[in-house]
Amino acid sequence: MAPRFEGVDFYDVGSLLSEEERAVRDTVRQWVDERLAPVINHHYLEGTFPRELVPEMAQLGFFGANLPEEYGCAGLNNVAYGLIMQELERGDSGVRSFASVQGALVMYPIHAFGSEEQRKKWLPKMAAGEVIGCFGLTEPDYGSNPGGMITTAKEMKDGWVLNGAKMWITNGSTAQVAIVWAKTGALDDAAGIRGFIVPTDAPGFSAKDQKGKLSLRASDTSELVLQDVKVGKDALLPGSKGLKSPLSCLTQARYGIAWGALGAAMGCYDEALRYAKQRVMFGKPIAAFQLQQQRLAEMLTEITKAQLLVLQLGRLKDLGKATPQRVSLAKRNNVDVACEVAREARRLLGANGILVEYTAMRHLANLESVYTYEGTHDMHTLILGEEITGISAFE
Amino acid sequence: MKIAVCIKRVPDTETRIRIGGDGASIDESGVKFVVNPYDEYAVEEALQRKEKAGGGEVVAIALGPDAAQETIRGALAMGADRGVLLKADRVPADALAVARALAAELKDGGYDLVLFGKVAVDDYNHGVGPMAAELLGLPCVTAVVRLELEGGRGVAEREVEGGVEVVEFALPAVLTADKGLNTPRYPALKGIMAAKKKPIEVKPAALGETRVAVTALALPPDRKAGRIVGEGPDAVGELVRLLRTEAKVL
Repeated sequence: MAPRFEGVDFYDVGSLLSEEERAVRDTVRQWVDERLAPVINHHYLEGTFPRELVPEMAQLGFFGANLPEEYGCAGLNNVAYGLIMQELERGDSGVRSFASVQGALVMYPIHAFGSEEQRKKWLPKMAAGEVIGCFGLTEPDYGSNPGGMITTAKEMKDGWVLNGAKMWITNGSTAQVAIVWAKTGALDDAAGIRGFIVPTDAPGFSAKDQKGKLSLRASDTSELVLQDVKVGKDALLPGSKGLKSPLSCLTQARYGIAWGALGAAMGCYDEALRYAKQRVMFGKPIAAFQLQQQRLAEMLTEITKAQLLVLQLGRLKDLGKATPQRVSLAKRNNVDVACEVAREARRLLGANGILVEYTAMRHLANLESVYTYEGTHDMHTLILGEEITGISAFE
Repeated sequence: MKIAVCIKRVPDTETRIRIGGDGASIDESGVKFVVNPYDEYAVEEALQRKEKAGGGEVVAIALGPDAAQETIRGALAMGADRGVLLKADRVPADALAVARALAAELKDGGYDLVLFGKVAVDDYNHGVGPMAAELLGLPCVTAVVRLELEGGRGVAEREVEGGVEVVEFALPAVLTADKGLNTPRYPALKGIMAAKKKPIEVKPAALGETRVAVTALALPPDRKAGRIVGEGPDAVGELVRLLRTEAKVL
């Protein structure tokens, strides 16, 4: 069994956390070491999501942990929520993605845009892991430009009829319920985009596992097809209106990703440091060589900066000041940093670094997806560019 | 069922220990403290017993500095109902003094069961649990790995050298928990939030006279480097000879 993870904390960032925040981090950290780490390699190689862990994750309160207690959630602040994501992704990006989708992309919109009846119906069951959700926004031809979507919802006398296809949907084949975003008006009218709660067993709804992934292998990624799917009037999320509704969900998820990617980086650094001290070459540990010391120094520097960045972002979020642009900066920076740290860790580990027994290569492969999903690195660059200059480069 | 669990704040077992300037205590700076691992079995057992009884109260009691409140809140996060901190600047080396202070707190508590870990991993004394039992005039079973309670009586199993000892006792009783008694639960996130709202009563520890003091601490000597006696089948004879005559393990 791998040694217990003690964290990476060069600037005593832990002292900036409250006792509860540290306790939350430590619970998830211990759970990842004891429950996730022993099984993740098997799932990664088999290309399966560790579904057997969902009840424990739910029981411990990992899903929608920053939503209120009255709906069966843990009612944590956003820093504690971020720490959950950090520790989960130290385990595996796919497992963190599962929790992100369940909490930030399905429970969050039901809480933010749903009726009280919808909240009461879905949130407690989703917090308990009894209902798994997925989020259908991206389409085969509309990724970075979701406003161009061609999925439609037509209002009928007694409900809605949905038609379209959604692509790259995490949890798509596992979910019992999908939040589907569709145009209720003309195809050139993004303001008509509304969200719908669609049971995945509705006639006309199908999900197909996306084969051939070399990344996020311990995660369910699917394509959804909706062909004349009929839902009742109560399927509509009444508060959803226009593209900004799904984008606000993405802001929630991206916030968690900024923390999560940092966790993957911390795990890779920890592994690289241990390896460098143990691996002897030319009669001394490779940690004694300047080239490896530089690698480790760069990793630790970037991790430390990323830690301070997300912590302040979390504090801002608790004050209602985490703007989408601020979240973009953190997602963009921390995922990029994590990719670099994972790559350098993989290289430091030499040939051993390509083996599944070490985490670096799995993290590196996973992080390539994280770099691209939830707003590609490039799109976040342009979002910041627009924020800085006031000029949009993509609209 | 009303159960008291006595817990201790100790350095994490994976912490690198440095000896303090006085040569008789550890340097606590940068040391991560945790609940004594054996006490976690005691907390878990108390929670399971309360759940099985369908009600009651679990009280987590610690003796130590203010920082031990965090240790108590860990037990509250697991599900204990309330906490008591018997405040002392440091935990004395005299187990009897600690036992006296705890017994004074436990005496009129009306507890059906008092649980301890079998040993604190920092001082390795094994003393406080049985001493508290003696002071309270209660039966005591140490190092319990299995427990059954029925009516006012209990049956406990202890792992003794080479076998299992089965012990019967009357309640109320003092038990000390060994590894294997149960699997301690993780503090759930809701439990961590709920722990903030649970009461912790803080009062001075009635330690009285302490008659044992630590005068010096020393780290274990560095392990000597190994020796390669030879290679291949030819070395076996010499290796066996040295294992017999020098290491004396054969």
